Amino acid sequence: MNQIDNTVEHLIEIQSVGKDYQSGDGVVPAIRQMDFAIDDGEFVTIMGHSGSGKSTLLSILGGLNHPSRGQVLVDSLDLYDLTSEQRADFRSEYVGIIFQSFQLIPYLTVRENVVLPMAITGLTRKQKEKMAMDVLVKVGLTDKVDRLPDQLSGGEQERVAIARAIVNRPPILLADEPTGNLDSETASEVMELLSRLNREEGLTIIMVTHNPEISVYSNRTIRVQDGTCMEH
Amino acid sequence: MKLYNISINNLKRRKGKMIFLVLGLLIGIATIVTMLSITESMTLDIEERLDRFGANIVMVPKRENLSLTYGGINVGGVSYEVSEFVEADLLRIREIKDNRNLGAVAPKIMGAIEVDGRKVLLMGANLEVELPLKTWWHLQGRPPENDSEVIFGSEAAMALGLDVGDSLQMNGQEFLISAQLAATGGSEDNIIIGDLHRIQQVLGKEGKISMVEIAAFCRDCPIDEMVLQIAGQFPDAKVTALKQAVMSKMQSVELFKTFSYGIAALVIFIGSLLVFVSMMGSVNERTREIGIFRAIGFRRGHVMQIILLEAIVVGLIGGLAGFLSGSGLARLVLPFVIPESSSPALNMQMGIIAIALAVALSLLASLWPAHKGSRMDPSEALRAL
Repeated sequence: MNQIDNTVEHLIEIQSVGKDYQSGDGVVPAIRQMDFAIDDGEFVTIMGHSGSGKSTLLSILGGLNHPSRGQVLVDSLDLYDLTSEQRADFRSEYVGIIFQSFQLIPYLTVRENVVLPMAITGLTRKQKEKMAMDVLVKVGLTDKVDRLPDQLSGGEQERVAIARAIVNRPPILLADEPTGNLDSETASEVMELLSRLNREEGLTIIMVTHNPEISVYSNRTIRVQDGTCMEH
Repeated sequence: MKLYNISINNLKRRKGKMIFLVLGLLIGIATIVTMLSITESMTLDIEERLDRFGANIVMVPKRENLSLTYGGINVGGVSYEVSEFVEADLLRIREIKDNRNLGAVAPKIMGAIEVDGRKVLLMGANLEVELPLKTWWHLQGRPPENDSEVIFGSEAAMALGLDVGDSLQMNGQEFLISAQLAATGGSEDNIIIGDLHRIQQVLGKEGKISMVEIAAFCRDCPIDEMVLQIAGQFPDAKVTALKQAVMSKMQSVELFKTFSYGIAALVIFIGSLLVFVSMMGSVNERTREIGIFRAIGFRRGHVMQIILLEAIVVGLIGGLAGFLSGSGLARLVLPFVIPESSSPALNMQMGIIAIALAVALSLLASLWPAHKGSRMDPSEALRAL
């Protein structure tokens, strides 16, 4: 079990978090107890086998899944003290999410997918366009802005997913198996991109993966097993 | 990008789904528009035809005694009115408040006359007004061309042994029988009918009128009100609406309208059900998409807006397409229903109502699916990813 250094102000603190699910046989603990902290600007890998609770942990960190016990503090704010709608607002401002298998909206173009998180902001059309193009430059996709997702390769779709996740300039990026559907060469390119965003933009990245080869891109690994975690 | 862009893009790129949604509303609205257009035209046609079937208000001078006549049998011999109206006063009929509902005004003078030693009832009427009013009169011969020609009722002709083309003398004046009325079974079988002013002369009742028959246009006509208004102009008159005739006319029209509205309501219900089921299916299919919206920070209200905006677009397209299809279908069908009808013009008022109705129904049918979609637990939705 990891101890949180209470003398340091952490960006994210997971305090005795546990999550149980109801099943036919009774209560199943997806997460037994986890304690760790993440600081601003860190690139953390949460690694574990399938069913270890890592994706559940990521959804809890994103304010999407109420833990059965414990606290999740983001910038000293108890995330689950907020209402569901307040957590939606929190995600809109503070969190970018890269889903497993890209999860782009199939009927929106690259440009429209990237602009999507800004559809509920009060920004002008020009501002949205500028911010979208800025991130598309960063991910190297300016020449395919009017393509639909099914017209892109896996690597390109992953870049669009990254661009969508960072367009609102959130301080935190959650990535669930960002290279899960990519070949090794493309996976490396994507990981280089994430690494660069962490180094150059100071983006705090929490990445979930089962692949130890890509964990080398992060500067810290938290291993999850049987619903608990340990640092490496 | 705004939320409505998401709605429109979804519909644009999932054309098959949109067409299916629109089709439900289109069929419903088209059916309603077709039925209502045909009903409207039929109502007009029926009322025009019915209005041609005679008068529906009768004005006679008030009697002091009860009538001794029933079913054509008179007790105590033929009786005739002594009191009469002044012809010039009849202009006041057209001065009533609801005069726009007045059609023909047909004054008559009646009196007894002796022909070949037999007493016969003589009636003078403005034949130009009278003959079109009495559509059930079938003339054997031709209508009178001048005031010296008369029409004989079938019984009167038989009783006097006269036929078309014969002459007769009435009060020393000669008249020619230009036509004989085919038997109607009514009181006209027993009378001689001639020009109003000539017969007034023959009877020595110049400027007098015995009774007036009035035809009112009965599309929304306040027949009771009109009777009161006419009676107000003629305090010494007895003014009666032939209510039964009017009511039976309107009843058949109203029955047809009710039937049409009933069918229309059923079709609307089925169309709305189709939209509801389609929208529910669409929302269930979009679990993943809604999960993504919620995960990137969309509130429940935003998700509802996206779905309801789609409903509005579907309603607008379905309503417009339904109105145009229905109007076109009505034009095609109408000649079979009313052979002499002309093509009805596009009813813009009906168009606006049709589109508004389609949008309202689409929104209503989408409310529950939108609510259900917005309440989707993002973590549950994302587990499906």
